[in-house]
Amino acid sequence: MNQIGLTHLLVLSTSLFFIGVYGFLTRRNLIVMLMSVELLLNSVNINFLAFNKYLFPGKLDGVFFSLFIITIAAAEAAVAIAIIINLYRRHKSIDVEDAEVMRD
Amino acid sequence: MSANSIVFYLLALLIIGGGFMAVTSRKIFRSAVYLLFSLIGIAGLYFWMHYEFLAAVQIIVYVGGIVVLIIFSIFLTQTSSLDMPRPNLSRRLFAGLAVLCGFLLTSTLLLQHTFIPSLEPEGDTSVSAIGMKMLSVGEGGYALPFEVVSILLLAAMIGCIVIAIKAPGDK
Repeated sequence: MNQIGLTHLLVLSTSLFFIGVYGFLTRRNLIVMLMSVELLLNSVNINFLAFNKYLFPGKLDGVFFSLFIITIAAAEAAVAIAIIINLYRRHKSIDVEDAEVMRD
Repeated sequence: MSANSIVFYLLALLIIGGGFMAVTSRKIFRSAVYLLFSLIGIAGLYFWMHYEFLAAVQIIVYVGGIVVLIIFSIFLTQTSSLDMPRPNLSRRLFAGLAVLCGFLLTSTLLLQHTFIPSLEPEGDTSVSAIGMKMLSVGEGGYALPFEVVSILLLAAMIGCIVIAIKAPGDK
């Protein structure tokens, strides 16, 4: 069909995944950590769609898994941001090092 | 090199570059904008793969929803002109090492494995086909996960309200 095969897409999503892991491990700001998690979820989505396109083109299961992952990512981001804003109200900071105690 | 692969490499550059700048930029607002570029690149990749509905959902939910939410929370929680402290060297070093090892391991495995592309014809990925399958209760239908995910969204909404609500005594 074209020269771009499944392996290209998988290497792309692998790089995106490990970029997200790097951000999650190095940054201490909760919002940036949330953004790294979004990158991880997106790389998984690319994987699902690539497998669906190249290995099971007659089926739709990869599309549905991606759709559900997007839904759950949206819910997760909303809850996480509510928690972050609540944390900011109490500690005046969104650094993970400052949030050692979960309750006051 | 066909136009198709040039488009793929441009999108890959946008995704990887945006993602990398998003996790390394020291200004949090810029970080969010780079994330926006990365997510738009991923939507473009879905268009490239002919999953138009998924691309539209990606733009609506991620670009229109999550990134805007993140930018609002940045405005609510900190002064965006302030630089974030640079992570200390040992943490960057060890994280980089771990990530490099993981990447090399995974891509070696990927490049060694030969995937056998399927020869069956491309199925129908139109919105109507996705909708019929989503609400079908028959063989391979996704009606039950659809309902479960709707309950999850309701739970997340109520949870957000409960977490974010101000107690009457709080100032």
